[in-house]
Amino acid sequence: MASLSVLYGANPALQDVDFKVFEHDFIGVIGPNGGGKTTLLKVILGLVRPATGKIVFSNDLINGNNIGYLPQMSTGDINYPVTVKDVILSGLMIRKGLFSMMSASDKKRAETVSKELGLDKLEEASLNELSGGELQRVFLGRAVIGNPKLLLLDEPGNFVDTNFENDFYEKLRDLNKRMAILMVSHDVGTISSHVKSFACVNRHLHYHPSSEISNDQLLAYGCPIQLITHGDVPHTVLKHHN
Amino acid sequence: MEGTIFQYEFIIKGLFGAVFASITAGLAGTYIVSKRMVFLSGGITHASFGGIGIGYYIGINPVIGAAVFGILSALGIEYLSVKQKIREDSAIGILWAFGMAIGIIFIYLTPGYTPNLMSYLFGSILTVTNADIIALGIMSVVLILYFSIFYRTILYISFDEVFARTYSSYVNVFKYITTSLIALTIVLNIRMAGVVLVISLLTIPPNIAMIFTRVYSRIVLWSVAAGFAGTAAGYIISYFAGIPVGATIIFTLVMLWIVVKVMKQIIRAGKKAGDQYKI
Repeated sequence: MASLSVLYGANPALQDVDFKVFEHDFIGVIGPNGGGKTTLLKVILGLVRPATGKIVFSNDLINGNNIGYLPQMSTGDINYPVTVKDVILSGLMIRKGLFSMMSASDKKRAETVSKELGLDKLEEASLNELSGGELQRVFLGRAVIGNPKLLLLDEPGNFVDTNFENDFYEKLRDLNKRMAILMVSHDVGTISSHVKSFACVNRHLHYHPSSEISNDQLLAYGCPIQLITHGDVPHTVLKHHN
Repeated sequence: MEGTIFQYEFIIKGLFGAVFASITAGLAGTYIVSKRMVFLSGGITHASFGGIGIGYYIGINPVIGAAVFGILSALGIEYLSVKQKIREDSAIGILWAFGMAIGIIFIYLTPGYTPNLMSYLFGSILTVTNADIIALGIMSVVLILYFSIFYRTILYISFDEVFARTYSSYVNVFKYITTSLIALTIVLNIRMAGVVLVISLLTIPPNIAMIFTRVYSRIVLWSVAAGFAGTAAGYIISYFAGIPVGATIIFTLVMLWIVVKVMKQIIRAGKKAGDQYKI
C-alpha cells in the first residue's frame, strides 16, 4: 500500500531515510527530541520538501484518498468558537475545493465518527467544555473522518489523561484494521505494547520489524531513551551513542 | 421646511448607516474576536489615520488614503512579525502611534482648510456622505458573499492554521484577503464611529453574542442584531440628548453588554438554585 522512501541529502534533520509502510502496519516512531520524528511526519504530509529523494505513494493514496493527521496538542485554539462536529468535519477539507460546502452525507459521516469515538452527546459542544481525553478524540475524529489509508499521530500521549489512555489505544487498534498507523512518541515504554513495529529516528532511520526492542538494538541505533519496565529495575537510561 | 429635509436625511443616513455598519462590523468583528486579533485591528485603525492626513494634504478623498494605509499596515504587521521576527504586539504598537503621528503632522501641514479632527477621531453622522453609505453598503455585500462562500475554509484556517496547511496551499492567500477586508471594513466604519471608537463597534457585538452561543455562524447573526440595536439606539439617544453619535453608540453597546451579561448570570444562578431545590 503506502510504500514511501524519503531521502534527505544536505538537510541535517533527516538523512538518507529509506523505509516503507504497508497496509495494516502500526509503527511506533521513536527517537530523541530533535531527532527528526516530527520532520518525518511533515515530509510525508508535504509540509516540508525533502532536499533530495522522494515519497512514493500507492495508487489509492493518490486517487483522492488521504492521510489522516493528529498533530501535537499545541495547534488549534481550544477557545475558538467552533463545535465538535465542525472540527471533525474539517478533516474532510482535503477533498473539498475552495468552495467548501458540507453535504448531508458529510454531516452524517461526522455523526458516525463521533459515535464511534464516544462523542455523540458532545457534537454541538464547543472545545473549551471538553476534557483532555475528549478533546483528543475530537482531533482523532478529524484525522479519520476521511477514512484515510495512513494515519499519522504526533505524540498522542502528550495530552492524554491516564484514564483514557488504554481506551485511546484500543480505538487505535480498531482503526488499525482499516488503516496503517505511524505514531511518533518519545515514550517507548507506553507504546511498545500497542505498536507492531518500531522505526527509530535520529537523523537516520532504522526499522525494527518487531515491537520488542533489545538494549543492543537501542545502543546500536543511538537513541537515548528511557525504558519503562516493571520489576526490579524501574527504568534504565541509556547513554548517548555517537 | 429646511429642518424637515435635514431631519429626513439624518434618519435615512442613520438607518442605512446603522444597518451596514452592524453587518460589516458583525462579520469582521466575529472574525477578529474569535481569532484574538482585536489589538491588531486597533493598530490597523490608528495607523490608517496616517492615510487620512496624507489624503487631506495631497487633496484626495481621505477615506482612500485611510484604506491604503489600513491595508498596508495590516499586511505590514504580518510581515514584520513573521519575516523580521519582531514581536507582533510591538510591531502593532509602533505602527499604531506612527500612523497617528503622520496623520496629525499632515493635517496641520495642509494649507488653508483645517478639517474637523474631532469628526475623524470620534465619528460624526453629520460628516458622513452618501458615498460613504454606498461604500459601506457595497462592503456589506462583499463581506456577506465572501464569508458565506468560503465559510468553512475561513473558519478552519483561523481555528487551526497548522492543520489547514496539511490540506490547503491557499492558507496565506486567505489570511491576506481576510485581513485586507477587515482593514477596509474598519476604515469605512471610521466615518461612523471614529478612529478611537471604531474598534469597540467590532468587538462589543461579538462579545454580546458569545454570551448566548459558541457557534461561529450564530455569533455572526447575533452580532449583527446586537450591533444594530446598539447603533440604532445610540443614534436616537444622541439625537435627543444632543451628544456625539459615535460615543453614544459605544456607550449604548457597552451598557447592552453589561445588562445581557448580568441577566445571564442571574438566570444561571436562578437555575442552579432551582436545581438544588428540586434535589
